[in-house]
Amino acid sequence: MSLAVRVIPCLDVDQGRVVKGVNFVDLRDAGDPVEMATVYDAEGADELTFLDITASSDSRGTTFDVVGRTADQVFIPLTVGGGVRTVDDVDRLLRAGADKVGINTAAIARPEVIAEIAHRFGNQVLVLSVDARRAPSSGPGAQPSGFEVTTHGGRTSAGIDAVEWARRATELGAGEILLNSMDADGTRDGFDLEMIRAVRDVTQVPLIASGGAGRLEHFAQAVDAGADAVLAASVFHFGDMTIGQVKETLRASGHRVR
Amino acid sequence: MTQPRPSVAVLDYGSGNLRSAVRAVERAGAEVVLTSDAAVAAEADGLLVPGVGAFESCMQGLRAVDGVRIIERRLIAGRPVLGICVGMQILFAEGIEHGVRTEGCAEWPGVIERLQAPIVPHMGWNTVAPHDGSRMFAGLADEHFYFVHSYGLRDWVLTRPPALVQAEVTWTEYGGDRFVAAVEDGPLWATQFHPEKSGDAGMHLLQNWLATL
Repeated sequence: MSLAVRVIPCLDVDQGRVVKGVNFVDLRDAGDPVEMATVYDAEGADELTFLDITASSDSRGTTFDVVGRTADQVFIPLTVGGGVRTVDDVDRLLRAGADKVGINTAAIARPEVIAEIAHRFGNQVLVLSVDARRAPSSGPGAQPSGFEVTTHGGRTSAGIDAVEWARRATELGAGEILLNSMDADGTRDGFDLEMIRAVRDVTQVPLIASGGAGRLEHFAQAVDAGADAVLAASVFHFGDMTIGQVKETLRASGHRVR
Repeated sequence: MTQPRPSVAVLDYGSGNLRSAVRAVERAGAEVVLTSDAAVAAEADGLLVPGVGAFESCMQGLRAVDGVRIIERRLIAGRPVLGICVGMQILFAEGIEHGVRTEGCAEWPGVIERLQAPIVPHMGWNTVAPHDGSRMFAGLADEHFYFVHSYGLRDWVLTRPPALVQAEVTWTEYGGDRFVAAVEDGPLWATQFHPEKSGDAGMHLLQNWLATL
């Protein structure tokens, strides 16, 4: 017996619709997150992640509806992130049908919210999402680990050390880290393995690697570097590879998959 | 002639992913009611006790709806109960989380304690080792189930005279630690993992449970 490496597709959802990189031929409606979730479930996804990129808070009701309809039809774990700021936000998402909730910017602004959420719901519901990139090697923006946290989709430096932030967040009660490399994201050149190793070394919670997947062999590299789970979006949405192919490749590399 | 669908009450005591539990058991083929009413919970063919979060807060919630007695009375009458995740943990004598010792339902002896693995929570899909002749895992050899927990029953201490019904224990392993994944004990079944989140394998397991109702 041993734990399987999780393969997780991520869907960006805006006002109830999947917005980027969707190119499935067998869908009635490529923009429907519930239908896409069902397809990924059938393909063997171990979890699903919805990232709510809806700008206005008016549209949050739509997100709850999407989460609820997905949870009614897909019986695998569902993580929802985006716009989560308070314990009440988490409560609403869990009630809507989410199993885990991702938090990012709000935790940078006010780290105590991590402890508040963990205290109320347990640390297993809380995924800390870290958008990190390589920091300048010298000067005012330099960081001890060489990696910095960013906000606003990687456009802005938060001015804190990404590895130290991951460590501190798990101390506060984050049950899992979603580590997204903003340098690697979209390049398809592979995950930032050095960053995965650095965060693995200082944390004792599960680590999800994200950003940079482009070829099948990239996933096993991330796991070898210390990731417990691998997350990707466009390579799955565009049909470049299937979840089944990723799992076959992981298995061939000696990793256990479901 | 079609069989009537068994009825299942999902115990609402403020804990657990209630919506997922209700939908999954419906999908598995039951008529489901979400309730904290003792009479409704007593009457259903099966009672499902979910649970997410901390042992202590779950026990508080359970006591607030007189859940300990609801479970106890069903078991005395030999009526099926299924505990899931923390809903399994609270069936043991006590739990220790963050140094806090909390008394459980004590249907089984034993202490729920922190897992001794390098990376905790134990989060993801793992296999289990069912005992021979398990009804819970019938048709489910080598399947993966979804776990997410930081605490578990690592030391099973129940022994009974062989003449009595013996609780059957299914184990799993993670990060060098070994702990209970499931228990079948007459009408009382429990799983540390989440069958309602374990895809087709979980659905099959829930159907195995419904078949006993």
